[in-house]
Amino acid sequence: MAESSRSHGPDGSVRSGISRRTFLKHGGTSAVGAALLEAGAAQAAVDSSMQDGANEVLGPGPIPIDLTINGRRVPVQAEPATTLVDILRNHLGLTGTKIGCDRGACSACTVWLDGQPASSCMTLALDARGRSITTIEGLADGDNLHPVQQAFVEHDALQCGFCTPGMVMSCAALINRKPDAGIEDVKAAISGHLCRCGTYPNIFAAVLAVASENRRRGT
Amino acid sequence: MAMNSFEWADATTVEQAAGLLAESTEQRPVIAKAGGIDLLDLMKEGILAPARLVNLKTIHGLDEIDTENGLTLGALVTLDRIDKDPRIRSRYVALSDAAAHAATPQVRNAATIAGNLLQRPRCWYFRHDHFHGEGADEMESRGADQNQHHAILDNDKNAMVHASTPATALVAYDASVELAGRANGSRVVKLSDFFLPPEMQRAHDSGIESGEVMTRVTIPPLNARAKAAYHKQTERESYDWPICDVAVVLTMEGQTVQNASIVMGWVAPTPRRASESERLLIGNRLTDDLARQAAHAAVADATPLSKNGYKVPVLEAVVRRTILAAAVAG
Repeated sequence: MAESSRSHGPDGSVRSGISRRTFLKHGGTSAVGAALLEAGAAQAAVDSSMQDGANEVLGPGPIPIDLTINGRRVPVQAEPATTLVDILRNHLGLTGTKIGCDRGACSACTVWLDGQPASSCMTLALDARGRSITTIEGLADGDNLHPVQQAFVEHDALQCGFCTPGMVMSCAALINRKPDAGIEDVKAAISGHLCRCGTYPNIFAAVLAVASENRRRGT
Repeated sequence: MAMNSFEWADATTVEQAAGLLAESTEQRPVIAKAGGIDLLDLMKEGILAPARLVNLKTIHGLDEIDTENGLTLGALVTLDRIDKDPRIRSRYVALSDAAAHAATPQVRNAATIAGNLLQRPRCWYFRHDHFHGEGADEMESRGADQNQHHAILDNDKNAMVHASTPATALVAYDASVELAGRANGSRVVKLSDFFLPPEMQRAHDSGIESGEVMTRVTIPPLNARAKAAYHKQTERESYDWPICDVAVVLTMEGQTVQNASIVMGWVAPTPRRASESERLLIGNRLTDDLARQAAHAAVADATPLSKNGYKVPVLEAVVRRTILAAAVAG
């Protein structure tokens, strides 16, 4: 599946040469991850515990938590002391989301909650109940990369790649919110991200290229 | 460090939350959680080990923004909403700018105004569990070696500074906080009286009491001619904690200053009024020279420590520039 995403550009050149499988992280190839990526998303989970459990005390041991990840309802069992990134990586194998500082200071763990960037290392899983969680594995539309992902490839906007999933999530959220974003918007959007390789200039170029294309198309 | 395991209770009313919080004991700490940002930080560092968290986010009606009579922010309003709300930006720009420059976009999407005001100091001694034993307060006082980010004013007893930057703007706007308990209803406290100088051994850096929940932050109506500016000075352009931050609210009659409120953050244990600077401005025509004199007065009492003398000229410059920026603000 993923390898077939290699394609030829209008001028006949090989476009990226990088498949979705190698660009995204590999959680999508695990059994659970693959299931999460299936098309035909389930409806948002109805969060029963918030409706009727006023005085109910949960935990401290594992409890059932209903999450909605990349359009699918995902029931998990975890302690209240479990962070969202721990669920994603260690319970579900969605290892595209990275843990850098584990303190909300590097933003490598960025996912979307209801379309807004969030530090999944500073989000308790219980706080993600009833919200739509989007990870890097759920950003592409089938085999079509999000324009920001494609632009990262074309502009060589990564070196070691560790900060990349988080960077992509923040930049894609910016483009979704403001399709014609300018350089100051991009700088603000990734102001919380650290890239040890120093790829910032290429990230700026990648996102500005998407914005420029959007402006050209009038979107 | 992994967080300890804890119980979790979703509160649906303030009274219920207050009741649950009042059950807290030293052996079984019960702690309120809103956005959870500072709380997770403290738990991961081993500074806090709650037996139970009380989730305030399930309480309805605490996330509203009301601009009818001054400004009322529900405790659960996020910093991002304060930044983006056009009503706040048009009338209380110093607060909008303070919220916009706090932390990262990801954190601003989660962090609430009440949690921001109640967060603990960022002092690196405070944030390390190793320093939370006997003699911690003594160590934290002027004897602490690595004081680059500590107070340069009012630092004779304790040199930790309050972490909240929105607090700097809120004190300049004369804001108050509403605290609700289960038994005795609610009380309103001026933010300038609410904060206490941070201490290692105390559970809060404010007057909030066990079993109380912060419910609202209010700003009284502003003079229609009020102008304001805010500046947070950092070492780098992207997300960073401040060297200092300054909020200025001026009421001008032509070029003459009728009223002035100047507040400085991250330079004293609590957000500090520059009273002498305000006195110099009021009743006088604002010029570059007057702003310079006022800024000089703001740092006249500075008593820098071994490694934070650099903050004095930085603060002086930021006070001067922020006064001038407020005077020409829209």
